[in-house]
Amino acid sequence: MNKKIAYSILLVALLVAPFGMYPVLLMKLLCFALFACAFNLLLGFTGLLSFGHAAFFGGAGYVAGYAIQTLGLSFEVSIVLGVVAAALIGLLMGLLAVRRQGIYFTMITLALAQMFYFVCLQAPITGGEDGLQGLPRGKLFGLLDLSNDLSMYYVVLALAVAGFALIVRTVHSPFGQVLKAIKENEPRAISLGYDVDKYKLLAFVLSAALAGLAGAVKTTALGLASLTDVEWTMSGLVILMTLVGGLGTISGPIVGAVLVIGLENRLGDIGEWLANTTSVEWFRTLGDSVSIVIGFIFVICVLLFRRGIVGEAVAWLAKKPIRKPS
Amino acid sequence: MEIFGIPLQALLSQLLLGLVNGSFYAMLSLGLAVIFGLLNVINFAHGALYMMGAFFAWMGLTYFGLGYWEMLLLGPLVVGLFGIIIERTMLRWLYKLDHLYGLLLTFGITLIVEGVFRSIYGVSGQPYSVPDALAGATDLGFMILPNYRAWVVFASLAVCLATWFVIEKTKLGAYLRAGTENPKLVEAFGINVPLMVTLTYGFGVALAGFAGVLAAPVIQVSPLMGSNLIIVVFAVVVIGGMGSIMGSIVTGLGLGVIEGLTRVFYPQASATVVFIVMAIVLLIRPAGLFGKEK
Amino acid sequence: MKRKTMKFGHKAISLAVAAALGFTACGVAQAQMSGSEVKIGFITDLSGVYSDIDGQGGVEAIKMAIADFGGSVNGKKIELLTADHQNKADIASNRAREWFDQQGVSLLIGGTNSGTNLSMAKVAAEKKKPYIAIGGGTARLTNEDCTPYTIHYAYDTVALAKGTGSAVVKQGGKSWFFLTADYAFGASLESDTARVVKAEGGTVLGDVKHPLSASDFSSFLLQAQASKAQILGLANAGGDTVNSIKAANEFGITKTMKLAGLLMFINDVHALTLNLTHGMYLTDGWYWDQNEETRKWARRYFDKMKKMPSSLQAADYSATTQYLMAVKATGTDDPDKIMAYLKKTKINDMFAKNGYVRADGSMIHEMYLMQVKEQSESKYPWDYYKVVQAIPGEQAFTTKAETKCSLWK
Repeated sequence: MNKKIAYSILLVALLVAPFGMYPVLLMKLLCFALFACAFNLLLGFTGLLSFGHAAFFGGAGYVAGYAIQTLGLSFEVSIVLGVVAAALIGLLMGLLAVRRQGIYFTMITLALAQMFYFVCLQAPITGGEDGLQGLPRGKLFGLLDLSNDLSMYYVVLALAVAGFALIVRTVHSPFGQVLKAIKENEPRAISLGYDVDKYKLLAFVLSAALAGLAGAVKTTALGLASLTDVEWTMSGLVILMTLVGGLGTISGPIVGAVLVIGLENRLGDIGEWLANTTSVEWFRTLGDSVSIVIGFIFVICVLLFRRGIVGEAVAWLAKKPIRKPS
Repeated sequence: MEIFGIPLQALLSQLLLGLVNGSFYAMLSLGLAVIFGLLNVINFAHGALYMMGAFFAWMGLTYFGLGYWEMLLLGPLVVGLFGIIIERTMLRWLYKLDHLYGLLLTFGITLIVEGVFRSIYGVSGQPYSVPDALAGATDLGFMILPNYRAWVVFASLAVCLATWFVIEKTKLGAYLRAGTENPKLVEAFGINVPLMVTLTYGFGVALAGFAGVLAAPVIQVSPLMGSNLIIVVFAVVVIGGMGSIMGSIVTGLGLGVIEGLTRVFYPQASATVVFIVMAIVLLIRPAGLFGKEK
Repeated sequence: MKRKTMKFGHKAISLAVAAALGFTACGVAQAQMSGSEVKIGFITDLSGVYSDIDGQGGVEAIKMAIADFGGSVNGKKIELLTADHQNKADIASNRAREWFDQQGVSLLIGGTNSGTNLSMAKVAAEKKKPYIAIGGGTARLTNEDCTPYTIHYAYDTVALAKGTGSAVVKQGGKSWFFLTADYAFGASLESDTARVVKAEGGTVLGDVKHPLSASDFSSFLLQAQASKAQILGLANAGGDTVNSIKAANEFGITKTMKLAGLLMFINDVHALTLNLTHGMYLTDGWYWDQNEETRKWARRYFDKMKKMPSSLQAADYSATTQYLMAVKATGTDDPDKIMAYLKKTKINDMFAKNGYVRADGSMIHEMYLMQVKEQSESKYPWDYYKVVQAIPGEQAFTTKAETKCSLWK
């Protein structure tokens, strides 16, 4: 009941946002927020660190881009194809990766995603280094022309909200409870009779499919499918968003995504402002050093801020004494 | 003379190049295995530290006039020192936590180190020439052997085997292996385990630095030279399993050779062949070829 | 009751934090559409494999053009925005889109890298704003991918093929093997050159593709050598060309094959020295030592940058000046009027004589087949080229019979 009020406030804010802010940037934020939430389903709630989520994000983007441009399919069909592709890649990757535990699982996902990267680099249909450019947005259900930024924004918002709602539903379902049990104590879950590998695989595929949704939408919104979206640095970026926002919290990844993408886009401006206020000229070059700043945030988060922003906020609130009138 | 339609000269040259790459894989996966064995940390920064080794070699020459041979000794020492600082100030707080935090921390360090070098030196490589003593090539009759690349294979094998010897056959190595299995017990015997851990990290990292100095004349010294290499090394490590030192060496060299052969017969797959091998090994022997499931 | 209040507190705060962060992170200062300024945007490779031939030097050249013009046009101040696309098409196109939407940029200039040029051209066409491609070479910009708003200014892969390719074949280099940078530029250059080679009676024995900014060319060169072709065509540029030539020398490839540098700039020759490049043919649109006018500008550039300008940097200067003159002459920065003006006005400055912009967007001007001097022929620093042949623009670039551009039929 109260959660609904809080989320409603955010929804209203998002509904009016494009009138004050650049819609394309907002769409990018929404897609990355969904990506981070999908990733968190696997890391925060199942305890599996995948370093290869870019394969789903970027792979779906390529499939959707190819479908909408070369095959001339409509927007909805292209997005669905992207999601299905991501789920399939997730299935294949998951089947291999769940054979190992812990850190090996992570390394396998990284290696398989890198293999996928090279395939994307060399395959002629992905356009290699140039990527797929000038993607049209098409019409939604043949009716709504999406080349208008505002219309596209509301469609993206609807899809992101739907994806997010699915994640919330999953986490609170019996399936989600089993995932949490696996995260906390896998041997105990096994001893209780759960086919742990199957649950992990299912979570993996679901996470991949939703990451694919985010990727397919982002690609059509920005009009370009490129190698950047399948590079391992993209996988690292989504880990950072989740870590900074708060592992294992539901809204944490949203905060993390907004912060990281906002930082990426505005670091140059922040650098200018810092240079002007502190008269330290070096800050002006901050815009070129995005990865250094991101690296720093990573290091600080891992050492000091492990619960992430939302995690720390929740923990801090829990410590406050509740006054109840007697 | 031709084998399967490929002239012998071309085949052997690619094989040699494959051995050279394999030597780097072996040295880097060896360092990773040593660090993982004792610290339980996957050192993502290994690639960046390898890059630092190469850059220090270049810096030594450009700023201090120190030649290749001096930097071959100095480079790994400086990188090792840097590693010790990282371990003392940051890594040690994470030992009690889940593995993934160690990976994430070293990932963050990679971003910082690469970013700093990139902002100073740009992305294009700096040239570093082969030292005079090793320049040129020897004509063996059936192939022309570039001297420097032969040296790389020789030096890395020597270093890897020396490491293997120390760890498997000496008392110091015995303490290390015992410390991996049961640190509390080893500490009870009076061995300073934290110090051993720090020095082990420093050594593993110095191995990466050494590989970097070796690589400098062969590859463009660029800030990104470590990143793509490290992921292949991860695949090598998964294939070999991180159980044994000899396993890492053999796997690294073997995969380099396989990659070289692929370049001759089916070049399009050369970038992905290591990952394909990894997928196959995972299906047949999930613990890796030489691994013991931890 | 207690629990519910706590939960509400948590959720509300976390979401409020999300919203607040979102708005702070995004909405620092909302830039307005320019009414009081004319903004020129320049996106190029500032830090990577192509940073020498254009890069920061190109930025300086454009700044010189703006300063020489007086810093303002039609009473409005001229502002220059620059960005580094790091050879990534998505960074280039996202930045271009943002500049058009948010900053009201009136002219976008494309630096090096054909892939980024293609993506930026598409964005400019979508936004209906003028786009001058300078650094990128792919002839697709004026063929399959031509738009009413693209001008391809300095050179393209067809001119390179017809210049260098033809000259090498005529010299006796009949069998070719290509070492190609694996993206739009390399592919265009290889296919355009292969066509010329075959038309002149030569053969193409094969190719090997290398990733952009490759670190180690040894295995690719070994494959090239195994082909036993006479000529190794280097379908790459900048740092890649420099490294391929160095590696080819190291591996003794030059003993059995001749190198044809299909795109070379003076910075590459300077980096490699005449020792490794003497005798090589190259095609370019401009050379600093051609006449008094070029020398004068080149010396001004040299004073700032301490190196001689490449043809790209000279083209940056020229294109900016021509655009500003068009704005002054038409009294507006309306894209359609500017494009119409540019397409009907002759270009006469230190970069080109009697140049003109064709219907397909190509800036037609003389191209020069040049050869790198021998060490003994070079009398002073940067004295690297001798002009072998001047190729008239109509012959060098795509002809009407060959064109794939729908705007020029």
